[in-house]
Amino acid sequence: MSEKIDFFEYPDAKGRFGDYGGRFVAETLVEALDELTEAYERYRKEPDFIAELEDDLKNYVGRPSPLYHAKRWSSELGGAQIFLKREDLNHTGAHKINHALGQGLLAKRMGKTRIIAETGAGQHGVATATVAARLGLQCVVYMGAEDIQRQSPNVFRMRLLGAEVVPVESGSRTLKDALNEAMRDWVSNIDDTFYIIGTVAGPHPYPAMVRDFQAIIGRELRGQMQEAEGAQADALIACVGGGSNAIGLFYEFLNDDGIDIYGVEAGGDGVETGRHAAPLQDGRPGVLHGNRTYLMEDDNGQIIETHSISAGLDYPGVGPEHSWLKDQKRVQYVSVTDDEAMQGFHALTRIEGIIPALESSHALAYAMKLAPTMRPDQRIVVNLSGRGDKDINTVAQREGIEL
Amino acid sequence: MSRIEKTFSALKSEGKTALIPYVTAGDREPSWTVSLMHALVEAGADVLEVGVPFSDPMADGPAIQKACERALLHGVSLSQVLDIVAEFRRSDNSTPVVLMGYLNPIERMGYETFAHRAGEVGVDGVLTVDLPPEEGASLTQYLKPLNIDPIFLVAPTSTEARIQSIADLASGFIYYVSLKGVTGAANLDRDAVKAKLAQIRQHTSLPLGVGFGIRDAETAAAMAECGDAVVVGSALVNLIGDSDSLEAAQAAVSALLSEIRQAIDA
Repeated sequence: MSEKIDFFEYPDAKGRFGDYGGRFVAETLVEALDELTEAYERYRKEPDFIAELEDDLKNYVGRPSPLYHAKRWSSELGGAQIFLKREDLNHTGAHKINHALGQGLLAKRMGKTRIIAETGAGQHGVATATVAARLGLQCVVYMGAEDIQRQSPNVFRMRLLGAEVVPVESGSRTLKDALNEAMRDWVSNIDDTFYIIGTVAGPHPYPAMVRDFQAIIGRELRGQMQEAEGAQADALIACVGGGSNAIGLFYEFLNDDGIDIYGVEAGGDGVETGRHAAPLQDGRPGVLHGNRTYLMEDDNGQIIETHSISAGLDYPGVGPEHSWLKDQKRVQYVSVTDDEAMQGFHALTRIEGIIPALESSHALAYAMKLAPTMRPDQRIVVNLSGRGDKDINTVAQREGIEL
Repeated sequence: MSRIEKTFSALKSEGKTALIPYVTAGDREPSWTVSLMHALVEAGADVLEVGVPFSDPMADGPAIQKACERALLHGVSLSQVLDIVAEFRRSDNSTPVVLMGYLNPIERMGYETFAHRAGEVGVDGVLTVDLPPEEGASLTQYLKPLNIDPIFLVAPTSTEARIQSIADLASGFIYYVSLKGVTGAANLDRDAVKAKLAQIRQHTSLPLGVGFGIRDAETAAAMAECGDAVVVGSALVNLIGDSDSLEAAQAAVSALLSEIRQAIDA
């Protein structure tokens, strides 16, 4: 009989989750990553740092985020009770502020004066620009030229906040290329610059550090569920692009028995068409952006373009911890198509009066499939990772409506 | 003695610095590369560095990114790059060839298969940009028995301890990244390079190559004063990218390389 895994023991000292993770970067970055690892290990235990982070999470971000029982939607679906963890109500409208704030405070402690970030949908860019404005740090955000078109309101928001938004024209002109460009900036400005990565990917210590800053989602949920229901959830659902909101929800519960956990990838036109962004469904392990993880690649190891209605999920890799959780069968990774995500988007908007982000709509769409298969006395928690205001242009365009 | 070792020891006895040009395989056309390699040798190259195109060249500046994109338009794969080296070897069995690229195409092919094929076609060294020494042993264990030198980078940010661990794993030569930045950047500081090379020499007797940011005869000559080899990449790659024909590309890269050769020999 195999021994039960303690998921809290990962990653190891080399940043490995089993075969995944690690640190695959050019030599110039290694010293900066060592410095970051050391600073993070020191400050995460320091009472002053913890107190400042907690105070900001409460009074600046607005935590704890509410746990909302979507009663009307639950009864309409006729199965399990659906609860929404309302990360969309955070300051800046998504979960991204949780790790941007943590990394921003760390940057300040490390004496860095310049912040850089990559962004896809723009939520992480907005969160980073927000934190940089508040801390008085210079901020440069790299964004694929394609995404700048798709997410223009967020581009304007970042610029209002004082950030410089740099369009990335290389490669597929989306999130992965923005990440390449941010890495190039970092290697060129390594002395004064802190790179705030927007997900649980990248080289060690980023996957662990971003996870730790996001894990507050699950920690809050445990208390809130106990208080509201006197019991824990039977199932957790979150969307997975890089996987930061998902790991934030899941982490607290990884060692718990009796909770089914689902990560929902972007199925695009359908996994069988090849036009999707679901590396855990249809990818292979490889090395990109500093870590070993499941990737969308061709037979020659070139990274291929992904397709999703949601810019925030349009990424060919995934955080290495998710790859490990997949192989360990602790989390079930599934996918929903663009069309199904749109159904989730409309359902929540019309039935509960909440406009969800297209990213989060993927998790909602899977809840629509799962809930009817469960009993009405069972509970599903969906991470409502962001609000959908930024997506109204995309939705209108898709449905042939001119605004 | 490996081709790389032989080349460096011959140059040392002549008191010369090695000149290492870089081209991306398959840029602009797959059919150009072998001819360009021969032209570079003719113009004074001692070692050739051949780039394996990758979709996400994180450590490279705009010049080599674009070269990768041009090559990938033709679908140039690692397997084709090895074929290119095999073809080059048919008429040049002495000039060392170092492959430079990123780990994922090698992962895809499989470390052991890659090492075996690289050895067969006459590759002499492999520089994997995103494989620092901590992660490097898994690949070098397959390269070393086939006498393929694993080439590692040392950076301005590398600590004494890291330089030592790199020196322990490296063979052939060590590639010093002369600036904090990407390939083709313009912020070369020659005094800082000199000081760092002196530090590295305390840890190794391997030849030291200097690259990143060497763009012309002047910067090459300055670096040749302290390094055992100078690597020129982006400047050549830009010339290839701007050429409409193979003949034009050959003429352009030969002219620049000859000029650099004269400058570093002076």
